[in-house]
Amino acid sequence: MNNGLLLFFGIFLSLGGSFWALLLAPQVQIGRAQPVVLETTGETYPAPRSGLAQQGADIYRAQGCVECHSQQVRQSGVNFEVWLADSGSAWPQLAATMDRLKISDADKFITQAPVKILGGLTMLEASGIASQLTNGEAKASVVLATLGPDIQRGWGKRATVTQDYLYDNPVQLGSLRIGPDLSNYGTRAVPAALALQHLYSPQSTMPKSMMPPYRYLFNKRQIAEGQKRAANALPATVEPGYEITPTPEAEALVAYLMSLNASASLAEAPVPAPPVKSAIAAPAAPAP
Amino acid sequence: MSAPSSTSLQETEASGGVCNADEHDSVAEIDASCRWPLLLLFTSGILWLVLGTVLALIAAIKLHKGDFLADTSWLTLGRIRPASMNAVLYGFSSQVGIGVALWLMCRLGHVKLAFQWPVIVAWKLWNAAVTIGVVAILAGATTGFEWLEMPRGVAGMLFVAYALFGISLVATFAMRRESEVFPSQWYLLAAAFWFPWIYSAASYLLIVDPVRGALQASISGWFTGNLVTLWLTPIGLAGIFYFLPRLSGQPLHSRELASFGFWVLLFVGNFGGLTGLIGGPVPKWMPAVSTAANVCLLVAVISNAWNWRETCRASCTTSHRNAWKTDSVLRFIFFGAFAYLVHGVIAALMSMPTVASVTNFTYAVVARNNLVLHGFVGMVLFGCLYYIIPRLVQVNWPSESSIRAHFLCSAIGVLLLSLGLGIGGVLQGLKLANASVPFMDVVRGTVPFVGLSTLGVLLLLIGQLLFLSNYLKLLRAFAEPMVRAVCSVCCGCGSTAKPGVRS
Repeated sequence: MNNGLLLFFGIFLSLGGSFWALLLAPQVQIGRAQPVVLETTGETYPAPRSGLAQQGADIYRAQGCVECHSQQVRQSGVNFEVWLADSGSAWPQLAATMDRLKISDADKFITQAPVKILGGLTMLEASGIASQLTNGEAKASVVLATLGPDIQRGWGKRATVTQDYLYDNPVQLGSLRIGPDLSNYGTRAVPAALALQHLYSPQSTMPKSMMPPYRYLFNKRQIAEGQKRAANALPATVEPGYEITPTPEAEALVAYLMSLNASASLAEAPVPAPPVKSAIAAPAAPAP
Repeated sequence: MSAPSSTSLQETEASGGVCNADEHDSVAEIDASCRWPLLLLFTSGILWLVLGTVLALIAAIKLHKGDFLADTSWLTLGRIRPASMNAVLYGFSSQVGIGVALWLMCRLGHVKLAFQWPVIVAWKLWNAAVTIGVVAILAGATTGFEWLEMPRGVAGMLFVAYALFGISLVATFAMRRESEVFPSQWYLLAAAFWFPWIYSAASYLLIVDPVRGALQASISGWFTGNLVTLWLTPIGLAGIFYFLPRLSGQPLHSRELASFGFWVLLFVGNFGGLTGLIGGPVPKWMPAVSTAANVCLLVAVISNAWNWRETCRASCTTSHRNAWKTDSVLRFIFFGAFAYLVHGVIAALMSMPTVASVTNFTYAVVARNNLVLHGFVGMVLFGCLYYIIPRLVQVNWPSESSIRAHFLCSAIGVLLLSLGLGIGGVLQGLKLANASVPFMDVVRGTVPFVGLSTLGVLLLLIGQLLFLSNYLKLLRAFAEPMVRAVCSVCCGCGSTAKPGVRS
């Protein structure tokens, strides 16, 4: 290896290898993804963000929120559950079938339908049991369950996938979780006022929180007793005697947080859909 | 003769045994050709390191106490952490690494530094770019991509500056007068081409003309992985491959083994960056390729370690037997080599999907990065600096005990930082994987370990300040005769200019 030219060609070959394998191949596979039309609602997914939320994405990037918060839900796998969707009218017969399948508490399940009867099954086991229970008016269905600590913690109902990030720039996946995952912040139904208060003083909404306060995203003004507060001011209890109003940056940031939602059911990442009473009634009607 | 420390100039320069001074530039001439460009690179590199460590210290304190310095947007945690990383990566590791690379190329090729002025121009441009970049990150103009946070214009400046460095490095290699190409030169040449490739490709695809969606995450992972594996690691390895045989007074055990390790690193190592995406929103084959690559890379790590071990073992029979006890440079290099081995094993472990499902998203990843940046690359670079700087200026280090203290501080600092965050990270990951532990308890549980790492950062800082003060004293001793000469020319008062300084 004393030949400089040969050495150079070897190095050049390695550059080329990494280009083909880790830049070009992924680009071909996922770089040209397009929004899809959801089967359930007919909407395109993902939908572009509103202008304010898009500005908020810039605030999120500029504050470096990604240093502590991830935006990806991981799923360790799936298994299947059997749900009793409708117990029909022949209850004794159903109870007997359930006894034969060694399902305890049959009576309780029958009165509570729709209810989960069994969990942690493979597709084959679950559909076998469900077909035996489906008899006459009694209906049992197989329901997919997503697994993993992230999902158990309520950070999302399914793993996040390529499709979820189509309109993000920069994509802020994050590599450290000192704060909770935010990929589904918008689905948590946190009121905007509470989210703003959390930004201003995290410990006031979550006493043990380690999050640094973002007071510089707010205006603070001394206020006399009885003086009228601005409409968007934080609750008077946050800092008595002062009126704390969010800057446009803070409001944009919260709008962005509210827009974080990766809960649409996709072909590659279905969301568990257990049967509900009303949904069962509708398709059951035209059957005969 | 007790083995003289290689931090001083007494060590015989001919011990490499390949230098025939007649036809080549003499070692002193070669060192002199490197003097000014390298002193500039090293000085600013050290200052960046100190700044980066101070920022890291502030960030570490903020992880205990969120309220600390919270009212200044410039000092918010999410800006300080990337600013600190960028200062260390581009200000210190890359800059000092380039300096060391230039020197090694000169020494190994027995040739003077090519293109000295462009290197100085590049130094100005590089430091201007890093300055603007770090300020921009603190001002909130970050791009949001890990280790590539500096804004678009700065990326262009850095690239141009690097091009000048790279031209000098490759030209020095091309003009070499030694027919044998030493392993260190392979690594340096590879680094010289890999850095511009990954930096320009990642900057273009992420910042200039961004690709869409999750592909950004895979390119970002490709860049961060390769910045370590094929830019900083080759420079560190070049240092180890040069100094280990040289200071232990033995030829390298096996050139073939070194060549094997080199090609494995080059062709396999570059696929290892996507382990952060295990279970993430990209096609499964991508992180799987990285897992395989990191495990294969272990072969290169072990073959290198074996090579060094055999080299050192051979020296046990010679007068260099206890060299590492007296030789500060060798101590730094040894520590770096050991950290390289440990990092290789840990990186392979942490890319296993079962392990990664615990360690990803935890401080364990931070610990691994610190181990490679401060433990391996940082320590090797400091070893190189302790050897190179006295030879550039022909002045000995003013304080040998300060060097020993620096080593001790750095070594303990790296251990506290890596072990503290590593153990804390694994515990954090185990708790994260158990959904019955409330998230708040998971985060609170990391605090004592962050405390250990803060202590580690503090020790690193003390070590760096010891280096800095020693370095400044050395520079003063170096500059004094010149200042005197200038004074005596200008006003004829040179003999009394600084009475009593040199007693």
